[in-house]
Amino acid sequence: MKKMIYLDNAATTRTAPEVVEAMLPYFTEYYGNASTVYEFGAKSKEAISKARETIANSLGAKENEIYFTAGGSEADNWALKAAAEAYKGKGKHIITSKIEHHAILHTCQWLEKNGFEVTYLDVDEFGVVKLEELKKAIRPDTILISIMFANNEIGTIEPVKEIGAIAKEHGVLFHTDAVQAFCQVPINVDELNIDMLSASGHKLNGPKGIGFLYIRKGVKIRSFLHGGAQERKRRAGTENVPGIVGFGKAVELAIASMEDRSEKEQKLRNYLMERVLKEIPFTRINGDRTNRLPNNVNICFQFVEGESLLIMLDMKGICGSSGSACTSGSLDPSHVLLAIGLPHEIAHGSLRLTLGADTTKEDIDDTVDAIKEIVTQLREMSPLYEDYMKKNH
Amino acid sequence: MYSEKVMDHFKNPRNVGEIENASGVGTVGNAKCGDIMRIFLDIDEDGIIKDVKFKTFGCGAAVATSSMATELVKGKTIQEALQVTNKAVMEALDGLPPVKVHCSLLAEEAIHAALWDYAEKNGIKIEGLEKPKNDISEEEEEEDY
Repeated sequence: MKKMIYLDNAATTRTAPEVVEAMLPYFTEYYGNASTVYEFGAKSKEAISKARETIANSLGAKENEIYFTAGGSEADNWALKAAAEAYKGKGKHIITSKIEHHAILHTCQWLEKNGFEVTYLDVDEFGVVKLEELKKAIRPDTILISIMFANNEIGTIEPVKEIGAIAKEHGVLFHTDAVQAFCQVPINVDELNIDMLSASGHKLNGPKGIGFLYIRKGVKIRSFLHGGAQERKRRAGTENVPGIVGFGKAVELAIASMEDRSEKEQKLRNYLMERVLKEIPFTRINGDRTNRLPNNVNICFQFVEGESLLIMLDMKGICGSSGSACTSGSLDPSHVLLAIGLPHEIAHGSLRLTLGADTTKEDIDDTVDAIKEIVTQLREMSPLYEDYMKKNH
Repeated sequence: MYSEKVMDHFKNPRNVGEIENASGVGTVGNAKCGDIMRIFLDIDEDGIIKDVKFKTFGCGAAVATSSMATELVKGKTIQEALQVTNKAVMEALDGLPPVKVHCSLLAEEAIHAALWDYAEKNGIKIEGLEKPKNDISEEEEEEDY
């Protein structure tokens, strides 16, 4: 197989070999159900506790505030739907932003169909939620604010601390979807006044199919999945022990390496952005130049369509993603790129590259070289480019 | 996601480029929905399409359908070119994913638009050719969540 350059770590990551190794015994040897009485089952229970402790510590949370789920989407669904149910006596108004992940946006749309009112906050040109708008949006019947920690497409980190303070001041619950940010940037739930937080294992070199919802003690949201007494009766279902163990191990590794990794990724990310901007005309960087996830690059190439770009990159063994309509399964380009004010035709030409711990400078150089060649080729066949050049030359 | 034929026409698109002083040029689609196709026709006195070129801004399917459409009309009479429907383009490509069917419609429209331009320039009427729409419908099924 030809060499692959994987730059789609925001989609998913390689499960670290140490993680796989930590998980294996819980498939083959210690396969006991954690809910059983015998000693054998206790092995599983202990392993779950250990992982829960690692994760709680990484957030400055308590162990009994971490509830394992099947992933980030479930955690988001749970947080929103169960909080809506639990607090509907107080009010039926929820505030979120226009650039959330679909796990939040589509859940909000569902809640709207079920009698709740949702305010979708605008963001500025960099994708930052407007705090003044947030303050103005809060009403006596507002029960929940859900704003992502960092955006999955453009990497912009939201002013979570300020949002947490505003939520606290108004006595409104604050949930954050931290699927992209968890283990990429430091998070402390107390310092940031976060009441609920969603995260996922496979974004940080852990396994797929496991995530968690942090629920601050005292928040009264109840069960989402009904059944057995697992997860303090709030999330039924036999625990995914290998998944939980792998998640715990991945968090342990990611927290330990966070500082060095971020520094390395940031350097490479900045190098990539600088080369692209310098060497390819009619190009723009989406999202905040500095206040963004260390591994995220999002670029728009004018006169070029994203899916074509992706297929041609794939032909060269490079994996990336795009916010073009063709990759979203609809005719509209990414809602995030539209929310930061990009016109449709520019948004169709976006490319997201997300670095990982293993990404090298050589990978970046090869990628930029490939992009240069492809963009030139696509522009040569683009009627938009032809029109532009005829008009301006 | 794409058939081998689609990938082949995407990777090695036929007839990319433009024709100077073309007999007819048609541009369809819009940048808003992410596809624009422009087809150039060179038609001789006998009404034969001697040469055809295209430029397309769009996804893999948009490029492939443009390429295939140009292949299908090259060397044909105007009447034969009118028979190159989106279905014919799709069949020649061994099918398209459902979300990409609109690309083949766009290819048909682009040929019609170029023929319309040719007819207007020459003050003639082409039997069976209607004035093309400039935009392909952006209608989308409302999904339920």
